[in-house]
Amino acid sequence: MDASSSSSSCSSSSKGMMDYGNEPHVLAVDDNIIDRKLVEKLLKNSSCKVTTAENGLRALEYLGLGDDQKNNLETMGSKVNLIITDYCMPGMTGYDLLKKVKESNAMKEVPVVIMSSENIPTRINKCLEEGAQMFMLKPLKQSDVKKLRCQLMKRS
Amino acid sequence: MDLVGQLQRQFVDYTTSLTREGFLDDQFKQLQKLQDESNPEFVVEVVSLFFEDSEKLLNDLASAFQQKIVDYKKVDAHVHQFKGSSSSIGAQRVKNVCVAFKTYCEARNFEGCSICLQSLEQEYHLVKSKLETLFKLEQQIMAAGGSVPEL
Repeated sequence: MDASSSSSSCSSSSKGMMDYGNEPHVLAVDDNIIDRKLVEKLLKNSSCKVTTAENGLRALEYLGLGDDQKNNLETMGSKVNLIITDYCMPGMTGYDLLKKVKESNAMKEVPVVIMSSENIPTRINKCLEEGAQMFMLKPLKQSDVKKLRCQLMKRS
Repeated sequence: MDLVGQLQRQFVDYTTSLTREGFLDDQFKQLQKLQDESNPEFVVEVVSLFFEDSEKLLNDLASAFQQKIVDYKKVDAHVHQFKGSSSSIGAQRVKNVCVAFKTYCEARNFEGCSICLQSLEQEYHLVKSKLETLFKLEQQIMAAGGSVPEL
């Protein structure tokens, strides 16, 4: 997993208190290296701290939800404020990942956003029903991420 | 017009023609907008990743079609990747070939797929050389002390 965590400078104006200190920590999951780089930049431009993962398994491990981590309470994962994942990934899909997150006691409150290049209503509904915060169409634009950021801030 | 002005004009004209001819779409502009002082090489980095990834995918696709029995599921997975990355950088013509390729894959149409693979190789190499030309122009502008115009 290329866990490239880094902070961007807080250049956006903050409307009042931000609940995540200055920068929410986002875990971005995508099997495509170009898309990972893009989503990372988009998030950093919106003052987010970003960690990327190349598949669902690595993402779960990072969150402390891996199969051999049943009792691991003190992972970096507990600091994650948002998970954004691609839908179409080999092995574990974004939907499978969403389910695993929502089934876990530790992580079920963390909002999960699903991205996909395909606009399929049944797919979108399935994800929303399973508790996805939002469904976003790829390729993502800066305006999409800004919108997401606003939603995140309102949540708490 | 001084050298910088000339180069900048060339850059604008070239980018406009690439868009007009369908090589690049709005997504490429979105990429350029993402570049900033904290990451002044962003577009070049992403496009370089795209070149590396694409060349690997083209090799994998060529191998898949050299097999006695074509594994269309594998081919579809490769094309799906290619479609995703070309779409993400705004390489419109490449993406469009991928869309057609996927359809032939689903139909397990060998002829159609072979034609698409050839077309994909062609379009990829075309857009690659055009992007390289664009980046060279950018370098020339900066070397002459100018800044790359925003479009």
